Amino acid sequence: MGDVRLKTTITVNGEPCALDVDTRTTLLDALREHLKLTGSKKGCDHGQCGACTVLVNGVRINSCLSLAVMHDGDAVTTIEGVGTPDNLHPVQKAFLTHDAYQCGYCTPGQICSTLGMLKEMEAGVPSQETPAGARPVLSDDEIRERMSGNICRCSAYPQIVAAIKDVAGVAA
Amino acid sequence: MTSVHDWTPNNPVKENRSGLIGKPVDRYEGPLKVTGTAPYAYEVQPPSPPAYGVMVGAAIATGRISGVDIAEAQATPGVLVVWTHLNAPFQAPKGTKAHPRSSAGSRPALENDRVLFFGQPVALVVGETLEAATAGAHRVKLTYAEDAPDVDFPGSLDRAISPVGEEDMEVGDFPRGFAASPVQIDATWSTPIQNHCQMEPCASTVWFEGEKCVAHTSIQMVKPAQHGLAETLGIPRDDVHLLTRYIGGGFGGKGQTYDDLILAALAARALGRPVKVAYTRQQMMHGTIHRPATVMQVQLGAEKDGRLNAFSMMTWTHCHREGNFTEHASNFGRALYAAPNRLTGHRLVKLDLPGAGPMRAPGEASGTLALECAMDELAEKLGIDPVELRTLNEPPTDPENGRPFSMRQLVRCLREGAQQFGWDRRLPTPGLVRDGRWLVGMGMAAAIRGNFLLPAKCSFSVDADGVITVRQGMTDIGTGTYTVLAQIAAETMGVPLGQVKVEIGDSELPPAPGSGGQFGAATAGSAALAAGQNLRTAIAELATGDEASPLFGGRPADVTFQDGVVAIANRSETLASLIRRAAPEGLTVEGEIKPAQDAREWSQQTYGGHYCEVGVDPVTGEVRVRRMLGVFAAGRILNAKTARSQLTGGMIWGIGSALTEGNPVDVRYGSLLNQDLAQYLAPVQADIGDLEAIMLDEVDDKANPMGIKGVGELGNSGAGAAVANAIYNACGVRVRDYPITPDKLLAGMIARGM
Repeated sequence: MGDVRLKTTITVNGEPCALDVDTRTTLLDALREHLKLTGSKKGCDHGQCGACTVLVNGVRINSCLSLAVMHDGDAVTTIEGVGTPDNLHPVQKAFLTHDAYQCGYCTPGQICSTLGMLKEMEAGVPSQETPAGARPVLSDDEIRERMSGNICRCSAYPQIVAAIKDVAGVAA
Repeated sequence: MTSVHDWTPNNPVKENRSGLIGKPVDRYEGPLKVTGTAPYAYEVQPPSPPAYGVMVGAAIATGRISGVDIAEAQATPGVLVVWTHLNAPFQAPKGTKAHPRSSAGSRPALENDRVLFFGQPVALVVGETLEAATAGAHRVKLTYAEDAPDVDFPGSLDRAISPVGEEDMEVGDFPRGFAASPVQIDATWSTPIQNHCQMEPCASTVWFEGEKCVAHTSIQMVKPAQHGLAETLGIPRDDVHLLTRYIGGGFGGKGQTYDDLILAALAARALGRPVKVAYTRQQMMHGTIHRPATVMQVQLGAEKDGRLNAFSMMTWTHCHREGNFTEHASNFGRALYAAPNRLTGHRLVKLDLPGAGPMRAPGEASGTLALECAMDELAEKLGIDPVELRTLNEPPTDPENGRPFSMRQLVRCLREGAQQFGWDRRLPTPGLVRDGRWLVGMGMAAAIRGNFLLPAKCSFSVDADGVITVRQGMTDIGTGTYTVLAQIAAETMGVPLGQVKVEIGDSELPPAPGSGGQFGAATAGSAALAAGQNLRTAIAELATGDEASPLFGGRPADVTFQDGVVAIANRSETLASLIRRAAPEGLTVEGEIKPAQDAREWSQQTYGGHYCEVGVDPVTGEVRVRRMLGVFAAGRILNAKTARSQLTGGMIWGIGSALTEGNPVDVRYGSLLNQDLAQYLAPVQADIGDLEAIMLDEVDDKANPMGIKGVGELGNSGAGAAVANAIYNACGVRVRDYPITPDKLLAGMIARGM
């Protein structure tokens, strides 16, 4: 079996990107190796660590578990589309202020996951921590449950919770 | 002779006129990290499109490769190179040091047909794309002549012997002292193999510029990596330019290079184009080092008033057949508690498991899981509060060698922690506190970790804009090196933080030992301070010797540096205007730090106290860490924000060690059972409750010119024991075989009739 290629157009951070990729290429590798958007990280390549988290049509996914050719016509937001060093997004600013990272490798995934998670909260999507039938409230336990798909081996977990509460306007 | 007394004079860090030392400033490289624009090793963009290398791991633990069939792999579309030991390029034989002063010898990959551990890289496939190389790697067909792997650690304890060159440490007469003690604890704890699980798997991007090998890799120590690669390739050391600017976690596991680096270099040279090679997450588990398993026997003999009369801690552990690493889990106990009769030592057995090596708080991380629980058991047996028991056994000098402590605030850490945590609300009898379905308990433990200083150099430059650039072959593995170097530079040179640049992670910069053993900030920072002081001298001489300067004719020693201005009393000018006029090309000076020759006259440690509250579900055996507090004393703190993060991070490692982490051995195949992050359970958000770390005021003037010490390992030391002791207090079950998983707790609770 050889290399089968397909033309795929994905809108990445607002820019339409015409890709001619191997059908085996994951969305993560398409971003990192083809588009040189290396902010999305490869920590496990198996959807277990969350370092590759991006937003696809506003929903957070593990980009390593998805093939690039499955995303023809989709709008993908990576960390590079969230903010820049000179123009940080409030979530990025909160991570900086609260020291919600150390080595920084899981950080883009944590930030993209935070953005997706806050949208899920807004939409009232329940988690295991949400009492049955209730609308979820952004408590520490809700944040911890919803952010548990993003491993931080440096273990900046308390700082990440603080950053998320800060940006969401929840009293610490 | 160099002496710690040389560090007595005042210096800009001690003076801290701008208040930058200790200030909780944001990380220097933070804006790059939170925007995904800090390039890690695999992400550096080479000068031309790279080829991709994928490694194949051995499917046996020990034996020989008896057959190689690479035809199908080579025929895979897009595959450029397939190498095994039969056709890999020449590399210098293992251990070769063509340059006698190399800090590491040759470390060849695909060296011969011998397999030394499961998962050892035995083939490399390089392709035009990652997909092509991966497909090719799946088609490499190897057959093996397998030997029976010798990997059963619990079954080989009786073969373990003292590590080469080590003897047991004996003080007084332990057997007699123990036998004569009215209250005794004699129990054995065991800890499993653990994996570092740095979020960034080991990776290298390498290309050649003429003869020069440019290697970006993910490594904690720059010089040994540079030298080892040069030795392996058989080229002059200066022909390797090794860079490691951003590192996605290290924790000891990236203290050495692995086969990604040499294979990427060999392939880049053979193909004449850049090559990238990374370990997969699965390959990391076997292919890089792990924390070895231990069995630890602790024997404590006490008088009825709680004073220890006899103390012994013996550790059995393992390393690779050809290695010589020892997990020194008994060592920290030598400095922790007073007792006149003492015996500590280690026994090592060599096995066909992958390489054992240092992992965050090597020694203490495992050892405290035994000793600090033994102390809890002793406290209960004596009917003495665990904090008081430790206080009672506080030694006036190092109990092993009688040396004075440079600084010891263990008791203050314990008392402060007890008060802040509400320890007085703990009921000593286990199993009495309920919160809904949860049984609730509190536990505590002491923390200790040695502190030391290594030789290092650093350079400081000032340019015509007054910008200070710090250059050092140091690394930042998430520890905060960039940030504390910037703080030291800004404070020393009297400029705002925004006027400082830091360049590290480069073999062509002044050498520093790197990140590890909690020596990084003290070592790199002290060299930076020295460089800064030398640059101040150079600038002061420049200003006072320059007729155009308002400082002309003054004494160089009177020049002050603050707010970007150089001054003598009310005569001043900006640093930028001085340099622009008097040294438009800028100035560069070096500084260096060496350990004091009399440093070992003091016992030098960092200390802490951990307090933990857990809930235990009596039906499921589930444990939840509800809250945890650590109070630490670790010298002057350079950055309250990054230091706290390191400490809370270390505490969470303790939670993982206590509750979830471990990698069992499959004795049939000599492999580790957990091969990814779904199976190896590093803590996640939901595992962690409310967590806080407090740092006591301290300056240790025997440590280095800044009086600082390290915190990277300290937070981990003792943290897991506090969790284990809290579990006992909650439900009355002691599990001495880590991690404390629900099945083990349930068995204990059932045995107690719960």
